[in-house]
Amino acid sequence: MPPQKVGAETRIVQFTNCRILRGHTLLREDLWIRGGRILDPEKLFFEEKRSADEQRDCEGHILAPGFIDVQINGGFGVDFSLPSEDVGSGIALVAKNLLAYGVTSFCPTLVTSPPDIYHKVLPQIIVRNGSSQGAGVLGVHLEGPFISHEKRGAHPESHLRTFETDAFQELLKTYGSLDNVAIITLAPELRRSYEVIREITSRGICVSVGHSVSHLREAEEAVQNGATFITHLFNAMLPFHHRDPGIVGLLTSDQIPPGRQVFFGMIADGIHTNPAALRIAHRAHPKGLVLVTDAIPALGLGNGRHTLGQQDVEVDGLTCCVAGTKTLCGSVAPLDACVRHFLHATGCSVEMALEAATLHPAQLLGIEKQKGTLDFGSDADFVVLDDSLNVKATYIAGELVWQDKTLSH
Amino acid sequence: MRLVILDNYDLASEWAAKYICNRIIQFKPGQDRYFTLGLPTGSTPLGCYKKLIEYHKNGDLSFKYVKTFNMDEYVGLPRNHPESYHSYMWNNFFKHIDIDPNNAHILDGNATDLQAECDAFEKKIEEAGGIDLFVGGIGPDGHIAFNEPGSSLVSRTRLKTLAMDTILANAKYFDGDLSKVPTMALTVGVGTVMDAREVMILITGAHKAFALYKAIEEGVNHMWTVSAFQQHPRTIFVCDEDATLELRVKTVKYFKGLMHVHNKLVDPLYSMKEEN
Repeated sequence: MPPQKVGAETRIVQFTNCRILRGHTLLREDLWIRGGRILDPEKLFFEEKRSADEQRDCEGHILAPGFIDVQINGGFGVDFSLPSEDVGSGIALVAKNLLAYGVTSFCPTLVTSPPDIYHKVLPQIIVRNGSSQGAGVLGVHLEGPFISHEKRGAHPESHLRTFETDAFQELLKTYGSLDNVAIITLAPELRRSYEVIREITSRGICVSVGHSVSHLREAEEAVQNGATFITHLFNAMLPFHHRDPGIVGLLTSDQIPPGRQVFFGMIADGIHTNPAALRIAHRAHPKGLVLVTDAIPALGLGNGRHTLGQQDVEVDGLTCCVAGTKTLCGSVAPLDACVRHFLHATGCSVEMALEAATLHPAQLLGIEKQKGTLDFGSDADFVVLDDSLNVKATYIAGELVWQDKTLSH
Repeated sequence: MRLVILDNYDLASEWAAKYICNRIIQFKPGQDRYFTLGLPTGSTPLGCYKKLIEYHKNGDLSFKYVKTFNMDEYVGLPRNHPESYHSYMWNNFFKHIDIDPNNAHILDGNATDLQAECDAFEKKIEEAGGIDLFVGGIGPDGHIAFNEPGSSLVSRTRLKTLAMDTILANAKYFDGDLSKVPTMALTVGVGTVMDAREVMILITGAHKAFALYKAIEEGVNHMWTVSAFQQHPRTIFVCDEDATLELRVKTVKYFKGLMHVHNKLVDPLYSMKEEN
């Protein structure tokens, strides 16, 4: 065949000598990309009668979908809850630096803040695809202010709110706009929460229960009204009790509407959850486990004093507390480190560990047709990993956007 | 004919692969000179395909100047169905080698005019200059491709309804559910394969032994269509020990005694690396 001048959009790249995560297993298969999407090579061969324009040898590495972080408060000195004039630059900085952790999509998270901060910050965060400039923004995760006083954790007390006065209108007034919002965390025991949950989910936004003292019955009712996520399981909720399992009981509840499932976020940094608790949750409901970082602005900066929303926090190693207290307030463990920790702590398969950071968050947000898998037709956002699941390279829309210095291709 | 008997399935697969490899390389294929290969499906040739892929991955064999023509394909099965012969060839062979997709021909069992599809296939073979080496297998009922018992020994590529024996044999690929097995297929005719300059039939396993006996120790008979190759000038049967269980001891001893001659065809094993 004579050589053709192939445009970037139609250029076919074949990644060889690799194992890819597909159909819940690691298969010895090549990964084919065209136009920023995963291509079906069999269809290409028989219908278009074409071969690859370029082959890239992956040295036997693992190719997994790009990681998705649905709870991250900032990083590299950027605090998403800080009302700056140029929130966009902060988002861009974090998005760019997340590529090294294998994260190709994320939900910037805002902690409990006063309305004027939401009104200033939210319009500046736009849902956008990832690129060589950084990971994609899937939408904002609003954690608070409609949460429990008792379980507020590091969230500032003075800005907590309820739905008493105007239910959904109250929520809308507080946030200002829901245009680029992907997830809202709230406490379902707050009066009128169920009607608010219905209203939120009817707009395609995911509702998560968290920072709550609700009992199992209230949590189940929240799920029946549309809630599908639990924010950092075990943290900021009532502990499991054998006669009232609380929110934790959702993992094995028989009151979940048919055809739906409850997902739950877990911070697998080795600090927020004891490995035994991680194992219990994983074994109870493995398909619902979503690894999140709940990372704070100090992510990637090392030890010291930093800010989080309206508060000061202290970082020492992987531990971050509200300054002067022992209250945990987020993590500095990158998502790929969480995947590795999760794998070791639970002894689960590599496939399961990877899906907890890819397929499951994509399913939570209802975007599994484009993200979170390496199925034909989905976006070519993927990571190259060695056998210990260290990130060697990151690709977005089929383009190399980050690579480890030791990688040859 | 040559009857090449190896001790087991793996050795038989390897011998066949080596033979094909040598034939392609000795032919010296190039831009204006393609080697045409007829190819089978099923469980028998899997080992042979694996070895050919191995030779390719080692850099010893390239399929860049090889054209292939598969024997058959089910009718009505979607092309991307896991049991279609398109899927079989992609997964077990094409995706691992460097063949040009334009040179890999398989009958389309979903064509609107099936007979026209068959006629076009015959024409493509003719335009490619005929088949240099047609590799095939044998069914338990002695059929070659889907030329079931009773098929004309001078038949061409056409639509065939499958015999119950064949449907039963294929059920294992469709979860054991007879209702899911296709009942019709497009197949090259006995005559089509007879036109090839050389034919190689792979036969392994005790369940094929009776068919092999009927094919080479009894007369030419349209009830055992592989028997037609008794009248082909260059046919090789490659078998394992188990496939010879129904043959006369005399037949087996004679051909085993010729192995030192047969082995000259595969030893030395050529490599395209030497050509460069």
